[in-house]
Amino acid sequence: MGERKATVAAEVGLHARPAATFVQTAMTAPMEISVAKLGGGDPVNGKSILQIMALDVRQGETIVIKAEGEGSDEILEQLASIATTP
Amino acid sequence: MNLRGVGVSPGIGHGPAYILTTRVPEPPEGATYTGESDQEKERAVSALAQVAGELESRGDRAGGEAGEILKAQALMAEDPGLIVKIRSCVEQGMAAERAVYESFGKYREVLAGLGGYLGERAADLDDIRDRVIAVLTGQVMPGLPTPGPEPYVLVAHDLAPADTALLSRETVAAFVTEQGGPTSHTAIIARALGVPAVVACAAATTLTAGVRVLVDGTSGEVRAQPTASDVAQAQNVASARQEAIAQVRGPGRTQDGVAVPLLANVGGPGDVEAALAAGAEGIGLYRTEFLYLGRRQPPRPEEQEEAYRAALDAFPGGPVVVRTLDAGADKPLAFLPPPAPEPNPALGERGVRLFRRHPEVMETQLDALATAAAGSSGRLHVMAAMVATAEEARWFAAACRSADLPSAGVMIEVPAAALRAPGLLAEVDFVSIGTNDLAQYCFAADRELGALSELQDRWQPALLDLVAMTVSAARAAGKPCGVCGEAAADPAMACVLVGLGATTLSMSPAVLPATRAALAGHTMEQCRFAAQAAREAPTAAQARAAARAHLPGLAPLGL
Repeated sequence: MGERKATVAAEVGLHARPAATFVQTAMTAPMEISVAKLGGGDPVNGKSILQIMALDVRQGETIVIKAEGEGSDEILEQLASIATTP
Repeated sequence: MNLRGVGVSPGIGHGPAYILTTRVPEPPEGATYTGESDQEKERAVSALAQVAGELESRGDRAGGEAGEILKAQALMAEDPGLIVKIRSCVEQGMAAERAVYESFGKYREVLAGLGGYLGERAADLDDIRDRVIAVLTGQVMPGLPTPGPEPYVLVAHDLAPADTALLSRETVAAFVTEQGGPTSHTAIIARALGVPAVVACAAATTLTAGVRVLVDGTSGEVRAQPTASDVAQAQNVASARQEAIAQVRGPGRTQDGVAVPLLANVGGPGDVEAALAAGAEGIGLYRTEFLYLGRRQPPRPEEQEEAYRAALDAFPGGPVVVRTLDAGADKPLAFLPPPAPEPNPALGERGVRLFRRHPEVMETQLDALATAAAGSSGRLHVMAAMVATAEEARWFAAACRSADLPSAGVMIEVPAAALRAPGLLAEVDFVSIGTNDLAQYCFAADRELGALSELQDRWQPALLDLVAMTVSAARAAGKPCGVCGEAAADPAMACVLVGLGATTLSMSPAVLPATRAALAGHTMEQCRFAAQAAREAPTAAQARAAARAHLPGLAPLGL
């Protein structure tokens, strides 16, 4: 299974605008996307803005994004780049 | 009827009240459906899609920040996790509207439990939920009135972005909400529109629809059915304020000529121009976080020097008080992750505490400041945040001296520092009181919580005591004591602070002219009497009234 770690750089964390951009991008992918905080907690659905918000990822925290199947590398790359954009 | 809330966007607004009741009745518990479960699920999903589509198109029309908020809400309405929950509730026999109600409720609880920014998004979820239920039950979602010939005062329990996104100054005279704090959407959008707003105003929705309302976004007063003379007076107050801004110029001083430099709070390079335009004599609080936040690496020394030099050069001969990095668990830095999550970030490793863990970050900043000061005519003062003890003050001052900085100080924002101010002052060259955090820590009341705003009142006697202790300690030590924080932005309080002995006042540039006018209208003796009267009062309201009784120059200025 493909997996990327990304440290959230936006001042607001993975909330508000960064969360919306992240979810909108995840929704374009055919496969399931999961997101978890590094070192703890159950993964949530990367296509659910409510679950992403409830994950409460702050600036400087690292998330683990997982996807499997054809095209998963590209989508993981895109999502990691959104998460690490200040 | 007179109500009082918390003013979050200044100015006077007057017009007929429009009461926005967005609450759709809760679908009865145990509501079921007849027919196939698949059809019922489909009904729920298409209602969600309809609401998402409406939010999306409102977002397109609104554009900008509001547009983005609405588009994020459209995503929430079609959230796959939410849809799974709704389907499973319907599968168990629940009617679509009840299933929607319960499923939204689960997420609402989670967000509300997280507090802060996410807690305030709980109100957004309620709004989306009500819109979906309105579609399912064939109710009309109450919207905003069509703009009339006269702007109205919009009164609501709380306002959702969907309500406020398409408003403008031409249609709305003021906002009044029962809920909300200083970071609520209502406050943010009102300030962006330049419309007066009062939040946390209990019982506001009991105002009668259509009745004329007078709103003071500075004091938080909301008056129903004001007399014509009340309105005229309030509007005169507003224009007198404008005139005062235009007329009183020059450096800050009392009527009898005691100089009180008026300085600006600056949060980034863009604010320096506003500070100059407002006639600030220097910078009383230069926040340096903008250089660090959102970075993966610490800013290079040259980049820091350039920013500091620009601020110093903008005020030749004037004081520029730079606060060293005040990041911590609530504003974590990507390159300095906190060692462990902090349950109370406001009480965590912030300010100077973070420096004790990472002295190399402090040393780089102090060196960059010293280099910038060496080639500039601005007078640089450097101070640390969140200092609680004399040992911390000594440690920071020693670091400043080894960096060859001319003037080292500390913020007084922790009650412990105010209580032992003489000890801290023995270690440093100056202090500056940060009244917002001092109030938060003195009253154990989170600054972000609207419900606790009364405890954040700058006139609270206990806060005045801490300020007075600090100022007297500074006078005894013969060292300067400035005040930076919202307290200095209240013209009456500014006079009281000067009466107590504050040597400089620093505030956001927008309110600087009003403070200049208030000081120019009173003698030092009047300020001292006002300070004494405020300190003798048992409550915040009485302290304010007692001080104002000694400051007759405020009312004619409309302050």
